[in-house]
Amino acid sequence: MDFTSLTFSNVSRHFGRRRALSSVSFAVHAGQVVALLGANGSGKSTLLSIAATLLEASSGEVRYGEVTARGGGASLRRAIGVLGHDLYVYPELSAAQNLRFFGHLYGLDKVEHRVAAALAAAALADRADDPVSTYSRGMRQRLALERALLHEPRLLLLDEPFTGLDDPSSLALRGRLAHLRERGGIVLLTTHELEAIEALVDAAYVLVRGRVQPLINGVGSLRERYRRQVEA
Amino acid sequence: MTFLSTATLVARKDLLVEARSREVIYTSLLFAISCMLVFAFGLVKEGRVIADAAGAILWITIAFAGTLALSRIFDRERQNETLRALLLAPTPRAAIYVGKFAGVLGLLLLVEGIVVPLVVLMFDAQLFRHTGWMLGLLLAGSAGYAAVGTLFAAMLARSRSRGALLPVLLYPITVPVIIGGVRGTAALLQPEADLVLARAWLMMLIAFDAVFITLSLWTFEPAMTE
Repeated sequence: MDFTSLTFSNVSRHFGRRRALSSVSFAVHAGQVVALLGANGSGKSTLLSIAATLLEASSGEVRYGEVTARGGGASLRRAIGVLGHDLYVYPELSAAQNLRFFGHLYGLDKVEHRVAAALAAAALADRADDPVSTYSRGMRQRLALERALLHEPRLLLLDEPFTGLDDPSSLALRGRLAHLRERGGIVLLTTHELEAIEALVDAAYVLVRGRVQPLINGVGSLRERYRRQVEA
Repeated sequence: MTFLSTATLVARKDLLVEARSREVIYTSLLFAISCMLVFAFGLVKEGRVIADAAGAILWITIAFAGTLALSRIFDRERQNETLRALLLAPTPRAAIYVGKFAGVLGLLLLVEGIVVPLVVLMFDAQLFRHTGWMLGLLLAGSAGYAAVGTLFAAMLARSRSRGALLPVLLYPITVPVIIGGVRGTAALLQPEADLVLARAWLMMLIAFDAVFITLSLWTFEPAMTE
């Protein structure tokens, strides 16, 4: 299945008596990179987990085009790529083994070709057969990103994708995201590294205690506008 | 990707990870051997073992070693949230369950491959007098234990108190498996093996497996969606 928008309508999520998200509504469309900003514990990761179909909303609805997570099932999951705060890779296995495993799990064709391309994109071709446990955080992060992109998803959900990346890797990631946007991808990301995404994002939303607001327009950098909004 | 090929892929991955780390196998084996040594000092007097003790020792060791293996296998999936990555895959989630179940069962059988000969040696138990029946009991008992254990361990993977909760949930439900295994083994270890009784216990174990594998396949997907 394919879709060209991701829409949150009055999405709320409670964990026991704690309210993590409260009536969140906004939409992201194909060809957009949208940032979710907010302090730690503001509900960003919860919202990404709901969009990834890993968590169900307590109330409200998430639509992928016309389809809900429940209605989309496995074919919807094929169109979603997730880079979590934890990296979703097996440290005991090598980068090649990790990518090969996920390639087969997603039922991809030409797995070896895709794995080679992903290793090259992550600049890990020369360490392809080393266990991931021997990699630096930045190398793991690059591998995890390639794992999330291996099946060419329509919707890419990124939780703190710039963590541990050096300048060249950060630049390369921004290039990848810009390329995805050109190809009609839907990118929803959370980050505290606002300078890194300044020129990249089409829209940004701020989550404060589970409530979402569009980032105010106006003069100043992304960080300045974010600070003004949070402190207001 | 078919149901079966997904399950095979997940089970193979678990065995490959274990082959690389050998964490579960070493921990479970050391535990199983220590457990049996303690039993040997406590239950063997003047070269004689208390009647029916060998079967009980074998199955208690398998159960405890199995709990260790289950905890570690799912701790691994939790540490890097790879369980989430598995659940995100466009495959039936029940196939992920079957793959994990097969991986756990494979490791459990590997531990048994060492534990069973040790029981034979240390307790002079004639476990291989009726090899087919004994293998049937081990396979059916281990499958039942792994079926329930895999479901609970996966459900508790993200719980903070999983270490305490897994045995609390697992042992009461798998008591019929342990009893079936112990009584079936005891029936085989009698001077004149009671094959009718052994068969009855084996059938009970197979029925338990059928019920709990079916229930687990049903409940895995909703249980894994928070």
